[in-house]
Amino acid sequence: MNAVVEEHHDHDHKPTGIGRWLFSTNHKDIGSMYLWFAFTMFFVGGALALIIRAELFQPGMQIVEPEFFNQLTTLHGLIMVFGVIMPAFVGLANWQLPMMIGAPDMALPRMNNWSFWLLPAAFGLLLASLAMSIMGMGSAPNFGWTFYAPLSTTYGPDSTDYFIFSVHLMGISSVMGAINVVATIMNMRAPGMSYMKMPIFVWTWFITAYLLIAVMPVLAGVVTMMLTDRHFGTSFFDAAGGGDPVMFQHIFWFFGHPEVYIMILPAFGIISQIVPTFSRKPLFGYSSMVYATASIAFLSFIVWAHHMFTTGMPVAGELFFMYSTMLIAVPTGVKVFNWISTMWRGALTFETPMLFAIAFIFLFTMGGFTGLMLCIVPADFQYHDTYFVVAHFHYVLVTGAAFSIMAAVYYWLPKWTGNMYDETLGKWHFWLTCISANVLFFPMHFVGLAGMPRRIPDYALQFAEFNQIASIGAFVFGFSQLIFLYLVIKCVRGGKKATSEVWEGAQGLEFELPSPAPFHSYTTPPEVK
Amino acid sequence: MTDHNQQTNINKPVVGKLLLLVAMMFGFGYALVPLYDVFCEVTGLNGKTGDQVNLTSAPVVDGSRLVRVTFLASLNESMPWEFKPQQSFIEVYPGKPTTINYIAKNKSKESIIGQAVPSVAPGLAAAYFQKTECFCFTQQELKPGEEKLMPVTFIVDSELPQHMNEVILSYTFFTSTENNQVSQPEVALSLNQDHKL
Repeated sequence: MNAVVEEHHDHDHKPTGIGRWLFSTNHKDIGSMYLWFAFTMFFVGGALALIIRAELFQPGMQIVEPEFFNQLTTLHGLIMVFGVIMPAFVGLANWQLPMMIGAPDMALPRMNNWSFWLLPAAFGLLLASLAMSIMGMGSAPNFGWTFYAPLSTTYGPDSTDYFIFSVHLMGISSVMGAINVVATIMNMRAPGMSYMKMPIFVWTWFITAYLLIAVMPVLAGVVTMMLTDRHFGTSFFDAAGGGDPVMFQHIFWFFGHPEVYIMILPAFGIISQIVPTFSRKPLFGYSSMVYATASIAFLSFIVWAHHMFTTGMPVAGELFFMYSTMLIAVPTGVKVFNWISTMWRGALTFETPMLFAIAFIFLFTMGGFTGLMLCIVPADFQYHDTYFVVAHFHYVLVTGAAFSIMAAVYYWLPKWTGNMYDETLGKWHFWLTCISANVLFFPMHFVGLAGMPRRIPDYALQFAEFNQIASIGAFVFGFSQLIFLYLVIKCVRGGKKATSEVWEGAQGLEFELPSPAPFHSYTTPPEVK
Repeated sequence: MTDHNQQTNINKPVVGKLLLLVAMMFGFGYALVPLYDVFCEVTGLNGKTGDQVNLTSAPVVDGSRLVRVTFLASLNESMPWEFKPQQSFIEVYPGKPTTINYIAKNKSKESIIGQAVPSVAPGLAAAYFQKTECFCFTQQELKPGEEKLMPVTFIVDSELPQHMNEVILSYTFFTSTENNQVSQPEVALSLNQDHKL
């Protein structure tokens, strides 16, 4: 026992080689692994999206079989949601939370290691089903990322079981990550840092962690029901045995709607850190930001059936879910106005993180407005399952969540590596990404309103031009991300040394540590006044 | 040493409570299943009709208006039966018990046990649609080539809102057991109770 304690006190000791990563209990190493994992999956999921866009470049069948097209849309969605956005946010939380609250590390470092290393296993299973499909051994999951029963139960391919266990592992990983975040924030804050003095990124992650803890078990439950329906004779979703396939959608979206806020609340936190720095003003309306985040989290539990307006709900139900959904625009609007008020009369400069943050505010708000259009019941009957929906959620997830992750990487990369990134390349990356994302997703609004259904490999002739424009945007967007990869590698390897403050007048405990941040963040807690 | 232990001690209650929350939410996912059924039954949303109704007193008949009840029949894709109502609709006085027949015929060469699942449209009318007798309350077995009349006795409640003047009753027949299995009354009974058909 004594020997172990002695070793524990030897702070600069770390294993070398592969062991450093496999057995890591360090929040920075684990954070880096999460971020690289998400980055890798971003290229995998992106490659699938490019095959989809290549197929949709022209009407008619060109490149892939319709059956394989369904597998592409399914895996693209699953990988981007569970393999990119969520791990990237957990990676940012790992890197930043201890530094921002003045802690040496996360509260539960060993569990932290486990929750990361479950992810490669989970995605190994999921991607194995794709590999087998390509090698002609059965089909990968082909029912869309929402895996509605009975497509995924009665008609699911054999690989559905790979998918089910993969989702179980992802769920365990997310729940453990979330428990770690809550324990860290509750127990490890520096003396004097009350809850209402925490940086907004910490607040948004605190609330997100509770959302994860509340809904990931429901997801685990629904895939377990699928598993027992498929193999153990239960009839949760099978009408023949007294079950109800519509109930699947209720349980799924009870998880699914809070899930979309899990993917956007940390983004709100990031933008609330970046905008004040480059406006050289404190954040406008700090406490209203906290309350708005909490209200959005609460409302996310009572709006789920707005995904199901066309399932034959009675009018009373439709009205309830329509109005509760519209209500979410209020706290979200508070946030957008707060960011704009923070910029108002600020001494603005436009480094790459700020450019991404401003693009986020503008483009996410557009995605929010199309969301408001979709929540109007009579209109939704026209928009449902069209490309308009695809445009809506890509605006909130790509130009929203993904842009905020890129902004965060640019903002904190000098702190992580000790080197400034190449600003010229950063600007190239931003402008190419921002313009191509709009070329890619904006035309989808038009084809959607004109009636082009989603998840279909072929389409009517009149949609051809807009689809070609979208496909061109997709390829520019995809290859622009190679600039980002090159820039990050270049920054890790060297460059102009960053100061501890990194950005002129940057506030926050993370900017009081030297750059690069030491292996253990705050070994003695700072005093917060 | 003491630092390390203190840290572990303050984390334990937090982790314990959060794990409990995780377990509760996993249970809640399952609790949604009966809650959903109860909710649908109480509100009549989703067109789910209630259990068998036992009439304790003669229902009030509203002779002032007629409600048209339309009958639909469909088969699950793997069901090799023929299934249709004897008449496509009937006009009834609310409150008056009415019996109509469906006809089912097994076209396959094997004995098949089927389970009919009812649904009422519009969904809000389900609460006013009571069945005193129905072939859907139990499983039905048909021998190869056998044809059978399937009666259903229903009452449209006289409380049915005035603006509803048409109710659609539809049944879907599913194969509920492996084809060669013999019918077991207990199974049929427990299925009926468990799932509130």
